[in-house]
Amino acid sequence: MSEDYYDSNTSYKAQSSETISSGSGSVSDIDYVKPKEVPDQELYHGHSFITKYIFCQDAKVIGVQYTLTAVFTGIIGLILSWMMRMQLGFPELFPVLTSETYYQFVTMHGMIMVVYLLTALFLGGFGNYLIPLMVGARDMVFPYVNMVSYWMFFVAVLVLMASFFVPGGPTGAGWTLYPPQTLLEGTPGSGIGIMLMLISLALFVIGFTMGGLNYVITILQARTRGMTLMRMPLTVWGIFTATILALLAFPALFVGAIMMSLDKLLGTSFFMPTIIQAGEMLEYGGGSPILFQHLFWFFGHPEVYIVALPAFGIVSDLISVHARKNIFGYRMMVWAIVAIGAISFFVWAHHMYVSGMSPWFGFFFATTTLIIAIPTAMKVYNWVLTLWKGNIRMNVVMLFCLGFLITFVNGGITGLFLGNVAVDVPLSDTYFVIAHFHMVMGIAPVLVILGAIYHWFPLVTGRFLDEKLGKWHFWITFLGSYSIYFPMHYLGFIGVPRRYFEMYDSPYMTSAVGMNQFISLAAFIVGAAQFIFLFNIIKSLKIGKLADKNPWKANSLEWYTPNVPPVHGNWGDKLPVVHRWPYDYNVPGAKEDFIPQTTPPSEVKDTGVEKT
Amino acid sequence: MSEQTSINNNLPQGFKGLTSDFGSDQTAFKGVNWGKAMMWIFLLSDTFIFSCFLISYMKVRASVVAEWPYPSEVFALDVGGVPVPLLLIAIMTFVLITSSGTMALAVKYGYEKNKKLCGMFLLFTALGGLTFVGMQAFEWSKLIFHEGVRPWGNPFGAAQFGSFFFMITGFHGTHVSIGVIFLFIFSRKAFRGDFDTGKKGFFTSMKSDYVAIEILGLYWHFVDLVWVFIFAFFYLW
Repeated sequence: MSEDYYDSNTSYKAQSSETISSGSGSVSDIDYVKPKEVPDQELYHGHSFITKYIFCQDAKVIGVQYTLTAVFTGIIGLILSWMMRMQLGFPELFPVLTSETYYQFVTMHGMIMVVYLLTALFLGGFGNYLIPLMVGARDMVFPYVNMVSYWMFFVAVLVLMASFFVPGGPTGAGWTLYPPQTLLEGTPGSGIGIMLMLISLALFVIGFTMGGLNYVITILQARTRGMTLMRMPLTVWGIFTATILALLAFPALFVGAIMMSLDKLLGTSFFMPTIIQAGEMLEYGGGSPILFQHLFWFFGHPEVYIVALPAFGIVSDLISVHARKNIFGYRMMVWAIVAIGAISFFVWAHHMYVSGMSPWFGFFFATTTLIIAIPTAMKVYNWVLTLWKGNIRMNVVMLFCLGFLITFVNGGITGLFLGNVAVDVPLSDTYFVIAHFHMVMGIAPVLVILGAIYHWFPLVTGRFLDEKLGKWHFWITFLGSYSIYFPMHYLGFIGVPRRYFEMYDSPYMTSAVGMNQFISLAAFIVGAAQFIFLFNIIKSLKIGKLADKNPWKANSLEWYTPNVPPVHGNWGDKLPVVHRWPYDYNVPGAKEDFIPQTTPPSEVKDTGVEKT
Repeated sequence: MSEQTSINNNLPQGFKGLTSDFGSDQTAFKGVNWGKAMMWIFLLSDTFIFSCFLISYMKVRASVVAEWPYPSEVFALDVGGVPVPLLLIAIMTFVLITSSGTMALAVKYGYEKNKKLCGMFLLFTALGGLTFVGMQAFEWSKLIFHEGVRPWGNPFGAAQFGSFFFMITGFHGTHVSIGVIFLFIFSRKAFRGDFDTGKKGFFTSMKSDYVAIEILGLYWHFVDLVWVFIFAFFYLW
């Protein structure tokens, strides 16, 4: 439709030949590309160390800041998981761990990993770094707001970490923070801990909104000439859709946090029913705990896809680059991302099957949950078909992508079990659930993050990460995580309940002692392997192999900046002009096995390249 | 900018226009300023916040067992010994809606580069907002000190009445107050001529432009619209 619109519109041609006086390529190349619509962006260039690296307005620096902060909190989450596994595998060995600290660690581990590591890393880290580069913008549209976004996140992390040091410690209510038990005195951290958690979440939401608006508007309104939505790398599509989800889902969490803090501070009864604590009637009465569950999961389920969609997008690009093939079914991939995002708003109550609801309600949510498997399965088929007969480079990045594919299929299939009410009810609150969501939204996205770091490290630093250490890192992480979570499915089937501090002499435990110890050992090893990775990063920053420009021979714009690593403003004097999608690999007749997005049609006239 | 207008004139209309805009490069919303697009998306997000508040309110009101206070009595204002229901709220609503009108005029005079009238109407809008917040403070103090309504309980019935009332009107009042602060700042900037000279912002170092007034206007109209819903759900239900 837009095609004949271009052709019939002669005024463009006249105009464009005027506007492109200093451009490269002939006028006929430019005919495909409309003239510049938005005025060039003015940027604030920092001069001091503080404006360049601390309160910096450059999206790339902000992206690195987000990444480092998220990884730092992630390491704390990892250490917490070690403690939990220590307790579960070897209960008597580590007497410092009481049941209170165990629940606090469970809670903090969950919240840190889901919100402060994965969300911040995918959207704040990769989003900030890659969006402006991939769509050909000089920076995010509102660099100042973007900077404030990071510092809000930073303060949110500080507040969260502060809860470890307050009287009573952090909240131990589980990451879902279900009332009424969250606010009752028997729950660890029901005093200051829970308040700090709620404040930190609210700050996170406010900070994220500032960043998220930037990502959305940069993608919608600040693309470079020739960059149509359907020419964007799938990474950008994934981050874009996830950001929209976040902007619409975080409000529910925000409202839930406000209402719960009022219940805590002012003694309102939004969520608190009439309740007796230690034989004493509390002041609360008439509130609805289920309401909080609805608010929480209206945020919580899209949150799963806020983490998953960027991972989907990034892994598509990584697979395509390292299999030297165009992504199979690009448009299908885009629409699948959008469809998953849309449906994810209608499935939230599948987290609440055992909370008590009308059977029809459960039926509805089971149906929508299973429907979401369709676009997801389409994506998996397309990844496999992209690999099919590709010229696969078996490097670390590709290993992580393949690891993701297997893990994701595994976690996705157990999701089908849990989506059905009848199957979920006996399995709910067992280790089967733990295994499912750690596979699908823990290990799978983390494998993508690691692969993506190996892939884009040369862009950010100009050096490669060590490939040999990387392979060790991959195999230990991949096989190790399977050793952790695969047995957990069986633990779930024999009925081991989750969130139990200790099983004592219950029949679950006696039959599962060996398995639990095995899982714990695997968890220690996998955790330790991540320190190999950190060592690799630090080592490679100093003495890593120098990368030339575009070392992976990729097509997308981020590799085609005049300076590598890119500097503030990204593009030097002239913004790039885009003529094709980023997936022209191994085009028949082309000189090389890749055609950059900036290559005009006249240079690839005699090849089998398709119009995209 | 002349380039941009020529593009706008050539755009196809209707559904074909929609698909052609979204199929095109550079911008999805043709000729829409970045800040304006950003404000629209922010308001969408904010809509979800207020929706969550109001839906939670409806849910609790439907499920709570204690009797819900009768709004006509609770919110009535005594005029010469006669309780007049909805009087204060009617005035508040009238003031707020009127301030939406003055805001629209400020936007119009802004685009006409009439900095005096623009600044004046921004000031009127700010004063309207301030009056609204003032009356809200009066209503709160009346409820708290005279009627004995508290966030955790009240003499009329269900405790959640006060909880939701103070939380939602408080959250809306915060929105109005933030708007009032910006209106005062923008009014000063308009009088000083910042929008004509394109003076760089203190924090953001971005050039001032009259489009900023329209963006603030979007926010202000949104806050008014939300009030209409709060009004309907709290005072008329």
